[in-house]
Amino acid sequence: MVVVRRAALEIRREEDMVRVRRSVRQWADELGFGLVDQTKLVTAASELSRNALVHGGGGTVVFEALEDGPRRGLRLTFTDEGPGIPDVELALSDGYTTGSGLGFGLGGAKRLVNEFSIESRRGAGTRVVMTRWK
Amino acid sequence: MANGRLAQVLERHRAQLSSDWIREQTADGVLRDTRIDEAELRGQCDEFLALLVRATLEGGTNVSGPAFAPVRDMLERMARWRGERGFTPSQTALFVLSLKKPIFSRIRVDFEREPGALFQEIWRATELIDSLALLTTEAFQRGREAVIARQQAEMLELSTPVVKLWEGILALPLIGTLDSARTQTVMETLLQRVVETGSEIVIIDITGVPTVDTLVAQHLLKTVSAARLMGVECIISGVRPQIAQTIVHLGVALSDVITKANLADAFKLALSKRGMGIGARTGGV
Ligand SMILES: Nc1ncnc2c1ncn2[C@@H]1O[C@H](COP(=O)(O)OP(=O)(O)OP(=O)(O)O)[C@@H](O)[C@H]1O
Ligand SMILES: [Mg+2]
Repeated sequence: MVVVRRAALEIRREEDMVRVRRSVRQWADELGFGLVDQTKLVTAASELSRNALVHGGGGTVVFEALEDGPRRGLRLTFTDEGPGIPDVELALSDGYTTGSGLGFGLGGAKRLVNEFSIESRRGAGTRVVMTRWK
Repeated sequence: MANGRLAQVLERHRAQLSSDWIREQTADGVLRDTRIDEAELRGQCDEFLALLVRATLEGGTNVSGPAFAPVRDMLERMARWRGERGFTPSQTALFVLSLKKPIFSRIRVDFEREPGALFQEIWRATELIDSLALLTTEAFQRGREAVIARQQAEMLELSTPVVKLWEGILALPLIGTLDSARTQTVMETLLQRVVETGSEIVIIDITGVPTVDTLVAQHLLKTVSAARLMGVECIISGVRPQIAQTIVHLGVALSDVITKANLADAFKLALSKRGMGIGARTGGV
């Protein structure tokens, strides 16, 4: 598998999320994803960037266009230096929130992509990596 | 200092450079459709050249150094100003880029007998102008983003119209991002207006909302239940197939809410509901 293109965006303010969504749509479109897949990717990215902003105090997202033989994919990595997620399993369960949300963001994002992983420790920030293949 | 030579060229030929530069910018009609008149342009050019001469005398061609701070400030202002008046990025960058040719001509004349120096100074001038053009483009970009962010904020706050479709049936065509901190307040204000008109059914059309994630869904759900408490029934329209599929995967239950793919279907449903509503009420008397 090779990374054919890479870029990064900051997520510091609400406006940044608009930019992240717009870029994800553009990258997905350029990689040949159809409308449904684009919408899924944009929505998942929206969830993770808001988590990075709201729960993680801001962070970054790295975009990577992937090629694996004939397959093409988009990998997005969200990183923040926030308080971390003490219990990842719990955070992933639907309806669990420590804020005022619905608590469907993490689990929902996971269901919208093909590969999904969370690395997080209390006090050490959070990194979420997700990939969708075409 | 070798640095000083380019600065001297700029200083010595300032007046000539200014008029050549303005001619460059107005010649090929690039700025034709833009709202800038010649006096305004001349003012900007003279101011910029004065700042540039001082900056290069003090700081050579290091555009990120302290000597160039006034130049950077001016480019920032100019780029934002042009961005807000609808100049394209290339029309904005042209301001700086079109200075290249006039400077090159002056250097050629001044260093006619020194080919080594001629090359050296042309090279310096190229570097200088290109880095200034890059600064301009970046500033333009920042300006555009500020404008877009403002428009988006304004859109939701100001221009969500309340459209009366039929007696007792209103439509709220939402346009823009629906996930800002203000969204809930905006929605409640809109609902208040709906209630004031004495309507019973409101169709919230999300065709103009590009992304429906959990927060947007939450806003919609809250709005629907707030409306219920006020005695108003909501139908959500504009739920395109790709959005419907995505919501299913998100897992957010919109099952309590009536959703339709488009406004026409929602309106049809509203009409029939309204018919039933009237019937039921008459029956109940
Ligand atoms: N980047 C992060 N840093 C720290 N905690 C996080 C992060 N992302 C998620 N969490 C924790 O996991 C919980 C669940 O996240 P999830 O996105 O599923 O729900 P939510 O953000 O609370 O609400 P929403 O449904 O609006 O997304 C959060 O409430 C928060 O406690
Ligand atoms: Mg969330």
